[in-house]
Amino acid sequence: MRRFSPPFVIGLLVFLLPLVVIFAIGTGTVNISIDEILRAIMALLPSGSASASSQASTILFDIRLPRVLLALCLGAILAISGAVMQGLFRNPLADPSLIGVSGGASVGASMVIVMAGGWVQSSAALGLSAVAMGAFTGGFIATILVYRLATSNIGTSVTTMLLAGIAIGAIAGALNSLLSYFADNDMLRQMSLWQMGNLSTANWSRVAIIAAVAVLLVGLFPRDSRALNALLLGESEARHLGIDVQRVKRRLIVLTALGIGTSVAMAGMIGFVGLVIPHAIRLLIGPDHRWLLPGSALAGAILLIVADSLARVVVAPTELPTGILTALLGAPFFVALLIQRRREI
Amino acid sequence: MALAAENISLHISGFKLLRDVSMRVEPGTVSAIVGPNGAGKSSLLKVLTGEMTATLGQVDLNHQPLNTWTLKQKAKMLAVLPQHTALNFPFTADEVVALGRIPHQTGKYQDELIVADALKAVDASYLERRFYTQMSGGEKQRVQLARVLAQIWQPTQLGNQFLVLDEPTSAFDLSHQKLTLEIVRGLAEQGIGVVLVLHDLNLAARCADNLVVFDSGTIAAQGAPEEVLTEQLISQVFGVRSIIAKHPVTQKPLVIT
Repeated sequence: MRRFSPPFVIGLLVFLLPLVVIFAIGTGTVNISIDEILRAIMALLPSGSASASSQASTILFDIRLPRVLLALCLGAILAISGAVMQGLFRNPLADPSLIGVSGGASVGASMVIVMAGGWVQSSAALGLSAVAMGAFTGGFIATILVYRLATSNIGTSVTTMLLAGIAIGAIAGALNSLLSYFADNDMLRQMSLWQMGNLSTANWSRVAIIAAVAVLLVGLFPRDSRALNALLLGESEARHLGIDVQRVKRRLIVLTALGIGTSVAMAGMIGFVGLVIPHAIRLLIGPDHRWLLPGSALAGAILLIVADSLARVVVAPTELPTGILTALLGAPFFVALLIQRRREI
Repeated sequence: MALAAENISLHISGFKLLRDVSMRVEPGTVSAIVGPNGAGKSSLLKVLTGEMTATLGQVDLNHQPLNTWTLKQKAKMLAVLPQHTALNFPFTADEVVALGRIPHQTGKYQDELIVADALKAVDASYLERRFYTQMSGGEKQRVQLARVLAQIWQPTQLGNQFLVLDEPTSAFDLSHQKLTLEIVRGLAEQGIGVVLVLHDLNLAARCADNLVVFDSGTIAAQGAPEEVLTEQLISQVFGVRSIIAKHPVTQKPLVIT
């Protein structure tokens, strides 16, 4: 196995991110050249003398930019939460959905779709927010359940938590099926679309919410980097290294539930990013969380922006659910990494 | 100043794992715990290191109840090497050893020096950039030993330092067993109190100042190896007939079975 220098990889990702953002806001059913993008940005400045076509600037600032920013924040949240969960569970294949948050969120969303009936469509904006609230509530309830099940007077057992997550996930799956059974065709379509993950509901108020959560997570998670490194040795080893394991665990789980709950509420289920990005970054630069966490956040943001841009153009003028593309893009990359690493071992 | 367990009893779901156990680890001495499987050696280590709380009795670290020290303070005085460490992430050896510096704020440069020295002390310098997941059992155990050595590499103003090792030599070949004993003696000379669980009575007799013989949850005998190791005790505790001889060079007791 060969590793790349972490500062080099992170530097590369930092360099790539703005390029990807500019590429993404220029791409879509209507292509906008870099020239026009620059002119539109200049026009925003008070002293700007250049004038942009109003159509281009509407597309850029009302449609594309919020969507790209939503993808950026979501990707960062999903990937950094995935990295944290893999460290916490000491399992490189763990994923944020393990703590039950995704299952719970999907039940919450389905429930709102079915209960509200036709109402979700009749007032789309309000309906969608209701679905988001349902998802967030469902995700949080599931996480609390899993956490309570795994916590006894001697602390929180990570193994029990994993098993409880599977159990809660199974219950969530059953509830989802039950809800689909009672749903009519229209609701079914909405539910399945929602589960595929979709960023088309982006607007500035959603961006504000998700950006706040992303800043919180990206700001707070790295403070526990060394604790996560120690936790990879095992919980009692981490305690002997002076880490308050129970507090760290609780903090990380609450933040992850908040992050994943919010992202599922905003864009439905976008799989793969949380599982594969941290894994891929770890293969590249090693398991030290001081580098792994920022690296994952950046790479997750980039993957989701690229996937979402493609989702908008591959079958234009309609668009694909983003979740399908994250898997289609990420999986081959991951397989390639695995094959390459296998040869080197 | 010492690591002292006083009248410890540990009851877990109806089982009395430890019954009225008292032992003191003085700074600058080596205590070896021996005994049959399931006698309670590991339970005692867990109580001594604060991982489990005794049902009755108290553990003191440097004249203060163990649980009144903060976790950080405790980590600066007390390093613990468990029997197995399941680390399945591809850290390199020097990254693993550097984890031992987490409780300290000595800066990157000094930490790197300590990590290199600790690896050298356990004859593992050649492993520095190798991946932990690809090492042999003995190499992994040496790297973990280096990690706990790095944790107490420098003295702290908080008090005397102690090192607790649970079967540190179980995966070692002869030369590394000997090296471990030399390290342990060297630490004692620096004033560190060492407690270790060993299975090999002769190894224990060679390195221990205080030999603690455990039998079904209680201490059957403790004291200097020459006084403790008798044919009668070994047949009583281990159920094995033996002859106690004297090592021709070190003059330490030699158990022949």
